[in-house]
Amino acid sequence: MPEITYRDALKAGLREEMLRDERVFIMGEDVGLNWGGAFKVTKGLAEEFGEDRVRDTPISENTIAGAAVGAAITGMKPVAEIMFGDLITLAMDQVCNQAAKMRYMFGGQTSVPLVLRTVFGGGKNIASHHSQSLEAWFMHTPGLKIVVPAFAYDAKGLIKTAIRDPDPVMFFEHKLVYDKKEEVPDEDYTIPFGQARVRREGADVTVWGTLFMLHKALEVADELQKEGISVEIIDPRTLAPLDTKTLIESVKKTGRLVLVTEETKTGATTAEIAAIIQEEAFDWLDAPIKRVNAPDTPVPFSPPLEEYFIPDNKRIAQAIRDIM
Amino acid sequence: MTVDKKTLKELYTRTLKVRRFEEKVWDLFGENIVPGTLHLYLGQEAVAAGVTTALKKTDWIQSTHRGHGHVVAKGADMNAALAELLGKASGSCKGKGGSMHITQFDAGVLGATGVVASGLPIAVGAALSCQMRGTDDVVACFFGDGASNNGTFGESLNMSAIWKLPLIWVVENNLYAMGTPIKMMCPSANIAQRADGYCIPNVVVDGNNTLAVYNATVEAVKRARAGEGPTLIECQTYRMKGHSRFDAAKYRPEDEAKHWLSEERDAVRIIREIAIEQGALTEKEAEKIDSKIAGEVEKAAEFAKKSEYPKPEETLEDLFAEVL
Repeated sequence: MPEITYRDALKAGLREEMLRDERVFIMGEDVGLNWGGAFKVTKGLAEEFGEDRVRDTPISENTIAGAAVGAAITGMKPVAEIMFGDLITLAMDQVCNQAAKMRYMFGGQTSVPLVLRTVFGGGKNIASHHSQSLEAWFMHTPGLKIVVPAFAYDAKGLIKTAIRDPDPVMFFEHKLVYDKKEEVPDEDYTIPFGQARVRREGADVTVWGTLFMLHKALEVADELQKEGISVEIIDPRTLAPLDTKTLIESVKKTGRLVLVTEETKTGATTAEIAAIIQEEAFDWLDAPIKRVNAPDTPVPFSPPLEEYFIPDNKRIAQAIRDIM
Repeated sequence: MTVDKKTLKELYTRTLKVRRFEEKVWDLFGENIVPGTLHLYLGQEAVAAGVTTALKKTDWIQSTHRGHGHVVAKGADMNAALAELLGKASGSCKGKGGSMHITQFDAGVLGATGVVASGLPIAVGAALSCQMRGTDDVVACFFGDGASNNGTFGESLNMSAIWKLPLIWVVENNLYAMGTPIKMMCPSANIAQRADGYCIPNVVVDGNNTLAVYNATVEAVKRARAGEGPTLIECQTYRMKGHSRFDAAKYRPEDEAKHWLSEERDAVRIIREIAIEQGALTEKEAEKIDSKIAGEVEKAAEFAKKSEYPKPEETLEDLFAEVL
């Protein structure tokens, strides 16, 4: 099986779905011929499918998202791209008031089969408007499905599932995983939503995390193995629907839970997970649940500041040791 | 433009139907059986009737928070429409939408929205879909004078123009955004001229004259179906009631209100006189149509009143295509 990057895995998934279903099309700022997406995910697709189906748009985020809604409810399968996750603030009405609510407030008369791709995360010194992690806002909005692929294999399988899904799907990538390689099958496969993946089996403590933090947690688990701490790592892969079963089973086994995301701490997805576990698995916990998040500030620019802001291996390891 | 007798009769019928429907809604409101608030379409009937008569069944309309008239004029089932306003399970949205989301998809209504100006991006997407799927369908997007001050107005007009979308932008200028006069909030003499900046042909018509609205829409539809792109039609009109349920509209100057609410400016009277004058109707036929519509509306009201409320647990249904 070939090892390819996360970026190429995503592109392969998009390409296969565009070949499979002529209703699928891509729209967004600089996704087309001249640029191929700010992170080059769509590079080459406009050449192959034409500028109609890989469509550059003006800088109009709310209308990009709204046009995706309008196209989706009238028979197309749009994959809209918002260049940076931070810019989704400009499209919140269409995402949260329209896409998320249409099926419900119209009593099931319509489906909104759109995918909205965007990218979160810091680590590139591009400061407060290009580095945030805003997953929790959407987890707090009923009606959206939320995908957070951290690895290449999942990226391809999940983008394909997202495109075939009848409901609006938010597809959140991370800037630092585009170049990560993994074995990815050439052939067609999909990954069902709501199924977490145990990335590493362990006996002493469960680490639940998303996106780039999973890559760090895996390194930390290797380090701690040397100290005799066996870490189990769970990747939810989708936040909505959320696989609580796999996590609860893991917590019942290990009795300890550390939650790791790059979000600012207050009201983050990790807060919700902690609440679920204390409701569902309180009796199995041998220690308090630990959260590892960014501090409650905007993402700073200067390298030492940003390094302080983003949770690192040391902080993840310390949180684990604290509850052993 | 000469209009055949059959069409003139239809213009009268539709204008009247919207009037009688809204009068019934006002009565039901008086009986205190309409939950929540209402934005009545009374006074603006000529706009919905004129625009929709120029459309075919498979063409789409995008509605607003003041949407009853649009939906009824487009041919929605009045039983389901009135039942929705009363919050009944037999309503078109199963009681989940109410007045501000009174949508009937199978009649070609994309949606009615509670967020001013949020329909414009959706109309862009629907028109893009009509274009990409190779249909000759067009989209008419209704919005008010107030919406023309929102950012989506610029984004969406621009996108419709660069892609030559089959779209008719219909501004219902009723002179007030809630209680704020448009002349305080818009520096130009009319709203239509704003479309010049986007190279979109535009026209101002008497929004209380169904025939004038129809004629302008026919021209716009012709352009749209020929692939020549969008047109903006500003329909100048006036609310017979206040903005919403308990608004007596005292902020409107007396002489202005007297002029607009005079018999000479009444939309039903205007189209009735035109139709009679051009030999499309006799007084007797006009009365006959009126009593037929009144009967239909009465039946719809009975249906709505007799219908059951949804079961409380239906709150949990219709969020996603499949239950998760």
